[in-house]
Amino acid sequence: MNIQTQIKRTPTEEALLAAFAERAAHLPGDARVAEKREEAVELLRRGLPSRKIEAWHYTDLRRLLSSVPAFDFSAGVEPVPALLPNSSVLPVLNGVAAKAETPQGVSVAAMTNALSDGSFVKLLGAVAPEDTVGAINSAFAADGYVVEIPAGAAVAKPIELQNIHAGGQVHTRFAVRTGEGSKATIVERQTGEGGALVSSVSHLDVGDGAEILWLIVQEQPEGATHLGQINVKIGRNAKFTLFLMNAGGKLVRQELRIVAEGEGSKFRLRGVNLLSGDTHCDVTMVLDHAAPHTISTETIRNVVTGKAEGAFQGQIRVARPAQKTDAKMACNTLLLSDEGGFSAKPELEIFADDVACGHGATVTEIQPDHLFYLMARGIDEKTARGLLVKAFLAEVIEELEDEPAIEVLEAKLDAWFAAHV
Amino acid sequence: MLEIKNLHARIAEDGTEILRGVNLTMKPGEVAAIMGPNGSGKSTLSYVIAGREDYEVTEGDILFNGESILEMDPAERAAAGVFLAFQYPMEIPGVATMEFLKVAMNSQRKARGDEELKIPELMKRVRKAAEELSMDMGMLKRPLNVGFSGGEKKRAEILQMKLLEPALCVLDETDSGLDIDALKIVADGVNALRSPDRAIVVITHYQRLLDYIVPDSVHVLYKGRVVKSGEKELAQELEKNGYAGLIGEAA
Repeated sequence: MNIQTQIKRTPTEEALLAAFAERAAHLPGDARVAEKREEAVELLRRGLPSRKIEAWHYTDLRRLLSSVPAFDFSAGVEPVPALLPNSSVLPVLNGVAAKAETPQGVSVAAMTNALSDGSFVKLLGAVAPEDTVGAINSAFAADGYVVEIPAGAAVAKPIELQNIHAGGQVHTRFAVRTGEGSKATIVERQTGEGGALVSSVSHLDVGDGAEILWLIVQEQPEGATHLGQINVKIGRNAKFTLFLMNAGGKLVRQELRIVAEGEGSKFRLRGVNLLSGDTHCDVTMVLDHAAPHTISTETIRNVVTGKAEGAFQGQIRVARPAQKTDAKMACNTLLLSDEGGFSAKPELEIFADDVACGHGATVTEIQPDHLFYLMARGIDEKTARGLLVKAFLAEVIEELEDEPAIEVLEAKLDAWFAAHV
Repeated sequence: MLEIKNLHARIAEDGTEILRGVNLTMKPGEVAAIMGPNGSGKSTLSYVIAGREDYEVTEGDILFNGESILEMDPAERAAAGVFLAFQYPMEIPGVATMEFLKVAMNSQRKARGDEELKIPELMKRVRKAAEELSMDMGMLKRPLNVGFSGGEKKRAEILQMKLLEPALCVLDETDSGLDIDALKIVADGVNALRSPDRAIVVITHYQRLLDYIVPDSVHVLYKGRVVKSGEKELAQELEKNGYAGLIGEAA
């Protein structure tokens, strides 16, 4: 007897299955896509993961996902102003790819078409039994964008993918392929209004020798659940920087699945998690060093206020052929409240013998002597705390070496401090 | 200007009494030296004046321009005109020195109801003060005190003091860790701040600094109390005979 069938389904699980039963007929896709969706739902029928599932140890989704709102296509929603100046915005509004201006030299198609004609079927489905984010999204995803950046293109304007909702449920897919030697900045915005259930899964192929910066800025409203996932393959000698800012949501799980596939590829992850209220935020990374001479650095900085809880699971797997891998991972937390908490779980799985891998995690509070020093110069306590918290986070942001991005991200920090610190 | 009356203070964490009835009165324009052996309470006195939370005042009062400052937090005291030059200035990674100076200067101006300084005016003032202290502007682009040598940190303290123009300056062992050239530069910086409406407290272990910053009065702190006060000659006497004789006398 299968053990999962013994567990009584929670109302949330029932609601998810009921939502699928209701939506299935309206979802785009040919027979193969429908089959993939059915497989994904089969996974959900076995129940949402609890903390007994290792990958969900810090985020008991079964318990934490307490309600599943109905789909709501009635509310109108507008794109938000772009994060970076002169961006080409590709908005998905309440789950529908709105008509957008196509960035110059780049091809853009609506995901709904790629689903309908079956050309996207390969990327649909859960990658593993514990891939619940992939399963939920594969079951329901209806739209998004497919973006192709041709080889050699240096895309001057940042491309901003917006996933904006007005409550209800939204399940979105983005797929971006960047050709050999191309250069681009891609922004992924996740925000909206109301207590929505959002899942958003992105795929990125970084071509050989390409240089790509991808910024995820998640600012969901207080009551929202955000289930995010990005799947990246990095080609030979390519450079990929992923910046992640979590600054909202009630229940947040952001998965980063990165494969340094090509020899000599470089990966940088810089993450800033701003946790307030009773937010639960989980960033889970699985990084595969699959080829020799691949270099990666991962720095995550967290600030925790209120009763917020956070977790970072960082798994680095170095495959046998990936000799001369150099990987450094750090997770540092500034705890501003006695009631909040943050867990860090670094994991190294190394099968190659000639590698340099390291990791470290710290949890600290604002140092009273630093605070005293600033206040002794006439800086009031709130401002002094803000300066110290900003200092802690700005170090990571400034590593982006992209002035407009640094400026807007630091402005977001300031706005967050004003509201929460 | 400054009246310290029967000040008793202890370490908040473990209750150890450090100050046991300090009395000290200073007039505007006065430069007072506070000397004393290690562990006599000199640094504690400076921290208690600045409002550090690690200490608890159990008795007595500190009046600044006639008003008690004990209920004020360190930022309020600073805005009222109290400045402590730290013996060991904190290194604060991630806070750019220039940004810190801007926020500090404008916070104080704002608290006093003055208009905030615009960046060009602010830069002008900082550049001038840095030049007077033979400081490299490049240093100010670095995070606050991070990687500064001992001498550079002390100079940075004096730079802040010049820019903030406090009414009461407390210098806690500003001479420690300075070579003679740096000592002269720092002393010149302090002397330039002497003015009829400003009081300066120089806390030091050695007479050496007082050759360059000549005090109007000298006070010897021992076991948390001022055991002897005198004029500048008292410092020379201490240098010659050490604290031993005086301490015997006090005991």
